[in-house]
Amino acid sequence: MVPTSWYLALSAVLFAIGAVGVLVRRNIIVVFMAIELMLNAVNLTFVAFARQLGTIDGQVIVFFVMTVAAAEAAVGLAIIIAAFRNRPTVNADELAVLRW
Amino acid sequence: MGSVTFFLLATALVVSALTVVVHPNPVKSAMALVATLFLLAVEFVFLGAHMIAALQVIVYAGAIMVLFLFVIMLLNLSDEEAEARRRGRALFRIGAWIGGGVLAAELAALFLRVPFPAPAAPPAGYGGAESVATALFVDYALPFELTSILLLIAVIGTVVLAQRRAS
Repeated sequence: MVPTSWYLALSAVLFAIGAVGVLVRRNIIVVFMAIELMLNAVNLTFVAFARQLGTIDGQVIVFFVMTVAAAEAAVGLAIIIAAFRNRPTVNADELAVLRW
Repeated sequence: MGSVTFFLLATALVVSALTVVVHPNPVKSAMALVATLFLLAVEFVFLGAHMIAALQVIVYAGAIMVLFLFVIMLLNLSDEEAEARRRGRALFRIGAWIGGGVLAAELAALFLRVPFPAPAAPPAGYGGAESVATALFVDYALPFELTSILLLIAVIGTVVLAQRRAS
C-alpha cells in the first residue's frame, strides 16, 4: 500500500505547479485553470488524509471544494466575458482597471 | 496500489499539470487540465473515494471544463500576441519557477519525513455513495444548505455580469 506521505508530496508538487502557473501566465483563462489545478491538489490532500484517518469527512470537504470551484469558475468566466466586452483582451496585465 | 503504479500515475499527473501551465495554446491547456482531472479521479479510486472520483469526472472534467472551453471559443483567442508580450518578463518568470520548485521541494521533503502509520483497512462501503451521503446530509447538513445559497448567488451573479446592458 502506498504511504500517505507520497500522496501528500505529489499534491505539494501539483500545488506548486499551479502556483507557478498563476505567476507566469498572463492569459487570464489559463490563470484560472492554474487555480483549478491548485484546488485539485488540495482535494488530493483531503482524500489522502481521509483514508489515513479512516473517516469520510475529508471526502465531504472535497465535495464542498468542488461546489465552490464550480461557482467560482462560473462567476470568474462571466467577469472575463464582461471585461472582454469593454476591452478585447484576456491579458491580465492590461485588465488593471481595479488596480489603484 | 503498488509503488510502480503510483509513480507511473504521478509522472503522468505532473507532466499533464506542467502542460497546463506551459502550453501557449489555451485550448490545449484546457485539454491537458481535463487529462489531469481524470488522472486525479484515478488516484481517488485508489484512495477508496469512489463517489468523489465519479463526481470529479462528472462535475470537474465534464461541467466545469466545458464552461472553460466554451468561453475560450466564445472569445476566439489568438494567443501569439499575448505570449509575445510576456517576453520582457524573463527574470520574473525564472524567479517564479525557482520559487515554485523550492515550495514543492520543501513541502515534499516535509511530508516525506512524517512517519504516517499504515492506514487501517477501511470499513465496507467506505467512500461509496451511501457513506458520503450519510455524512453529507447528517453531519454536514447546514454547510450543505449554505452551499445551495452560494450556488444561487453564483447563478444570479453570473447572469447579472454576463448580460448585455441595454444602453
